[in-house]
Amino acid sequence: MLIISNLNASIDGKSILKGISLEVKAGEVHAIMGPNGSGKSTLAAVLAGREFAQVTEGTVTYMGRNLLEMPAEDRAREGIFLGFQYPIEIPGVSMVNFMKTAVNEHRKYKGLEPLSASDFLKLMRDKKELVEIDSKLANRSVNEGFSGGEKKKNEIFQMAMLEPRLAILDETDSGLDIDALRIVANGVNKLKKPDNSTIVITHYQRLLDYIVPDVVHVLYDGRIVRTAGKELALELEAKGYDWIRKEVNNS
Amino acid sequence: MSTQEERSGRYLDFYRDNIERISENSSPYINSFRQNAIEEFKKLGIPTRKNESYRYTNLDTFFGHPYSSYFMPSEPDFVKAEEFRCDVTDLDAHGVVLINGFYPTITGKLRELPGGIWIGSLSEASRKFSGMIEQHYGRYVNGNSDGLVHLNTALASDGVFLWIPEGVSLGKPIQIVNLVNSDQDIFNQHRNLIIAEKNSDITLIICDHTLSPQKFLTNAVTEIHVGENAHFNIIRVQNEHNNAAKITHTFIHQERNSVATSNNITLHGGLVRNSTHHYLGGVGAECNSFGLYLSDKFQHVDNYVNVDHAFPSCKSNQLFKGVLDDMATGAFNGRIYVHPDAQGTMAYQKNSSILLTDDAKMDTKPQLEIYADDVKCSHGATVGQLDENALFYLRSRGIDKRQARLMLMFGFAHEVLQNINVEALRERMDNLVMQRLKGELSRCASCMVKCV
Ligand SMILES: Nc1ncnc2c1ncn2[C@@H]1O[C@H](COP(=O)(O)OP(=O)(O)O)[C@@H](O)[C@H]1O
Ligand SMILES: [Mg+2]
Repeated sequence: MLIISNLNASIDGKSILKGISLEVKAGEVHAIMGPNGSGKSTLAAVLAGREFAQVTEGTVTYMGRNLLEMPAEDRAREGIFLGFQYPIEIPGVSMVNFMKTAVNEHRKYKGLEPLSASDFLKLMRDKKELVEIDSKLANRSVNEGFSGGEKKKNEIFQMAMLEPRLAILDETDSGLDIDALRIVANGVNKLKKPDNSTIVITHYQRLLDYIVPDVVHVLYDGRIVRTAGKELALELEAKGYDWIRKEVNNS
Repeated sequence: MSTQEERSGRYLDFYRDNIERISENSSPYINSFRQNAIEEFKKLGIPTRKNESYRYTNLDTFFGHPYSSYFMPSEPDFVKAEEFRCDVTDLDAHGVVLINGFYPTITGKLRELPGGIWIGSLSEASRKFSGMIEQHYGRYVNGNSDGLVHLNTALASDGVFLWIPEGVSLGKPIQIVNLVNSDQDIFNQHRNLIIAEKNSDITLIICDHTLSPQKFLTNAVTEIHVGENAHFNIIRVQNEHNNAAKITHTFIHQERNSVATSNNITLHGGLVRNSTHHYLGGVGAECNSFGLYLSDKFQHVDNYVNVDHAFPSCKSNQLFKGVLDDMATGAFNGRIYVHPDAQGTMAYQKNSSILLTDDAKMDTKPQLEIYADDVKCSHGATVGQLDENALFYLRSRGIDKRQARLMLMFGFAHEVLQNINVEALRERMDNLVMQRLKGELSRCASCMVKCV
């Protein structure tokens, strides 16, 4: 589904991603872990089509197409979803209007008619239940005045509405208490379909108790320094990131 | 360009040559202000950019122009006013129409509405309700140092009079439509007086339209008295053509525990200058001053707000936002004045503008004069582009760039529009603003002028 090969990217001339290669097959769950500042969010942003980081080398192929040539909105319509580490507040734009526009843009891209008002409201209602999001939130402006936990739930709600093929969840667990964490993780699991893929970016192991990865990567200083099965997450939890740091610096 | 004296001279000559005609249509009480006012005008002149509150607005091209005189509507004007239909079809309001600043009927110049409310021609009211006029007329503009307010006092002979008696609340809003229409370039002055007595509750909508493409200059003064514990709402929708200048001066004088809200929506106009003066003249009074300006081409929109906290425990809130395209320019100047014994004051101010091009320009300036110690005050101004992070957020959900920009601009504007308390008008404004932002609408749909 997604093949990243020798990806290099820089921000304002400073090299941030230094030759990343990885492949995510249909149906797989990958976890990307690593200390702060290692480039996890930058990688997610490059995949979603954010232009602040310049790709200097390498390729990304998604569903057989050159992903890097597609504008952000087309990537979304082709099924890529980014759950933001820091969701953006947009005063004056209601959640309802935002989601209606997004859902109908996706439908238009697929050659479908826009949803009727009643079908749309029904869809909203069903998905709200799925992620146990407070009904009132949907009547407010996008993320405006939402608590940290509400913002993260709102990301999963949007994911539920858009039913992506490849979801990239950037630290969706950070700042969540244990109940919210369970709700978010359950939401992700309920949305999982056999041929959908997920990249879970996380700093901690605890989310991976709920969302069980097939593959775990450790990103450090813009490079993937280790790739293994889910046991790698436990090892990291036990030994800490200093262990990785030492290993990398020694070699 | 003519000199300051030459420009003022034109209006002084006009006064000297026509004062008898102007006075004929007015009551002795209103006429008694004229001589003093023209002398004040002579001293102060037409504001120039040296005047602190007009620093960013050049009045020369409009005031230096020779206009024809207009003293009374004639038969065809009555017909025009009769024919006008408000575009906001769902709006259920008690309406009156002014044409070129005059009340365009011969009979029935004053009407009684439910609850004993009176609305109609100011010059007519000055005879019928002389006691009321003597108690309020000219009181709330006192001490004003703007020459144009004095010019209005000297020259205005009609406008709207509205009186809401004690305890009356009207379920429907009242709508005043100001039409400007002539086959000549004209200068018009009108004067409104609104008295909302104790415990009353009213919403007033004022719509400004031009119906013919000539060059127009309007200089309007509105005095509003909001009695104790009254609730007063004024919404002004401005939609004039690029060759029209609209200068409004609104003075809202509030008594204790009253709440007054003003909302200036400027959709279109060549030169627009709104000065809104809020006088919090009693303990516990509260005012909101909102505004939205959308401008393009060579338009210029200037909002001046003056909030005067004269008593303790009052609250004020200013929110002005705008989107400027092409070579449009704008100014915002928000003054907050807190008197020494106005303890427990809360005063907030915010002005944000989005510039869509490198050539658009916005000047914004807070002016805080605080002489009490127990004051909560905040102010903030931003001038910039659309938020890139928000734009990407929308795009990352599959919304294309153009649509995402529109949504952000609309959301930005909606923060002001959401304060309109009349649903039909709010929806219509949302709609017009959306069309305006899409570039599908350069003028109000109801406009009969097909100008560029
Ligand atoms: N907008 C930006 N401008 C400049 N540097 C940035 C920006 N975003 C991230 N960086 C830098 O890129 C590096 C990687 O950051 P990031 O991808 O956010 O790491 P992570 O998500 O792993 O914590 C850091 O050194 C950070 O300072
Ligand atoms: Mg990050």
